[in-house]
Amino acid sequence: MASIPDVAEKWSRSINTVVIGATAEEGGTRANTVEIGGATALPFLAFEGAVGNPPAIAVEVWDSGGDTWPEQLKHVYGDALSSPAAWAKKGVEFGAELICLRLMGAHPDAGDRSGADCAASVKEVLEAVDVPLMIWGCAVDEKDNVVLPEVSAAAKGENCLLGTAREKNYRTIVAVCLADKHKLICESPLDINIAKQVNILCSDAGFGLEDMVVFPTTGSLGYGIEYVYSIQERGRLAALRGDKLLSQPVVCDVGFEAWRAKEAKSPPFDTVTDENRDAWGVMWESATALVLLQSGAELLVMRHPEAIQNVKAAIKRLMPAKS
Amino acid sequence: MYVIGERINGMFTDVKKAIRGTDAQVIKDLAKNQVAAGATALDVNVGPAVRDDEGAMLWLVEQIREVTDVPVVLDTAKWDVMRAVVPKVKGDMILNSTKADPEIAMQYVQLAVEHGAGLIGLTIDADGVPGNIDKRVELGAQLITVSMDGGLELNKLFIDPIILPVNVAPKNPGHCMEAITQISAFADPPPYLLLGLSNVSQRCNNRELINRTYLAMAMAKGLTAAIMDPFDKELMDTAITSDLLMEKMIYCDSYLEAARQ
Repeated sequence: MASIPDVAEKWSRSINTVVIGATAEEGGTRANTVEIGGATALPFLAFEGAVGNPPAIAVEVWDSGGDTWPEQLKHVYGDALSSPAAWAKKGVEFGAELICLRLMGAHPDAGDRSGADCAASVKEVLEAVDVPLMIWGCAVDEKDNVVLPEVSAAAKGENCLLGTAREKNYRTIVAVCLADKHKLICESPLDINIAKQVNILCSDAGFGLEDMVVFPTTGSLGYGIEYVYSIQERGRLAALRGDKLLSQPVVCDVGFEAWRAKEAKSPPFDTVTDENRDAWGVMWESATALVLLQSGAELLVMRHPEAIQNVKAAIKRLMPAKS
Repeated sequence: MYVIGERINGMFTDVKKAIRGTDAQVIKDLAKNQVAAGATALDVNVGPAVRDDEGAMLWLVEQIREVTDVPVVLDTAKWDVMRAVVPKVKGDMILNSTKADPEIAMQYVQLAVEHGAGLIGLTIDADGVPGNIDKRVELGAQLITVSMDGGLELNKLFIDPIILPVNVAPKNPGHCMEAITQISAFADPPPYLLLGLSNVSQRCNNRELINRTYLAMAMAKGLTAAIMDPFDKELMDTAITSDLLMEKMIYCDSYLEAARQ
């Protein structure tokens, strides 16, 4: 009998593991920590190597501005959207392994909340839930540089994942993450060259490559997902072939991007009825997440509970059985 | 690019003096600085410094091991010296070198396998350095065959098609490049293809420019290792940039710094 040739790729490097959160023994107040990364092969290809930790799901919570969310999400979150603490509790109820607190209200055009106000929101969320926390700035350089130091200090000891560091604005956030011992999100605008550059810049500024998570920018189904996929895939292949500057776990901003699509918010199709309207966004968010998992994503920031359940079920199917 | 630092060689005056005067610091500094400059491994050649090759070689290795764990490349043409030195060397090593005659090569392969070492094989046999491409390729294939027969994994084999100075052998650089391409095609993944780069510019003007240019040209043809001068920063940057242009790494604005890390 002819033998079957071994077609498994041999990789030389693994994806870093990053632990987020700190329990009481570790100086924090979280009930548990979440570890992501660790794969030594392409996603879910257990025959080529270790698949690492299962991808984790963070649920997105805003410090303010929940009233701007689509109706379909208001149906499931209800009044919780008016309080970060209640909102975070809902998130945990919906299956969040982490809460991703996005400081949207700090944006100059969306409330221009102060660092102190944002820090208060962080404290509220930390008290309301005991899962690890991600904290995401408003992405306006000047404002992030004022707000992030205060929110970082408010969460000191909690080993949060804080973001984002960008090519033109990384020094402040690197300094506060180092001082308060948080993990760092390094962001790049769908550009593998800049992704690598941001990592080396933050590394040169003193931040450990092993404590970073990469955000290569997400696009949803129908809005550039192929491009996102290929960027993530290139980064993943380079990492497994030995590039330590691209060996960081990847975070995808799935809910935010999926729910910007009109197909999710107000599906323009003949078959849409009042009964099935909400399902479109759920499908859009689920499909976006599932595609991006295949090109390498360790952490998904999501919104709709049904989409979260869909993705969790898929991850369970895709992960090899524990021996 | 697998860079083997060439500087610990008794042909260089500072090394010759250090060996004769057992001045350890010179050797330690050369070892440390070559690794800092990006060398993956360090060539060790006693050269014409002293008569006791074995003792001098071991002394050099000892000094290197004080400062770094990178593989040492034991560079001697004498089988007796190699056989005596190898069992006494601590850590990773590469034997430099064997000729391609099967009975000679098999001795080296067995010694390498026994000690978990790598091996550099020259495309040279009893008839000397081939004057054409075909003979080089034939000897390269012979080295691969002997290695496989002797149980040496091909990722531990380095094949050196022998570069001669361009001023005396003008066709040789072209022959080597073509041989590199053809020998690389014999196995997947292929063994390392290696050159003693500085030899291409012996007794020439513009030595550094010749070395840099030839390195880039040969890498385009499949060269993956070289015994060379890691202190020539432009040469090292040429190697990094050639890797970049051959898609061995992803570009970023600081790609040189990234690769040097």
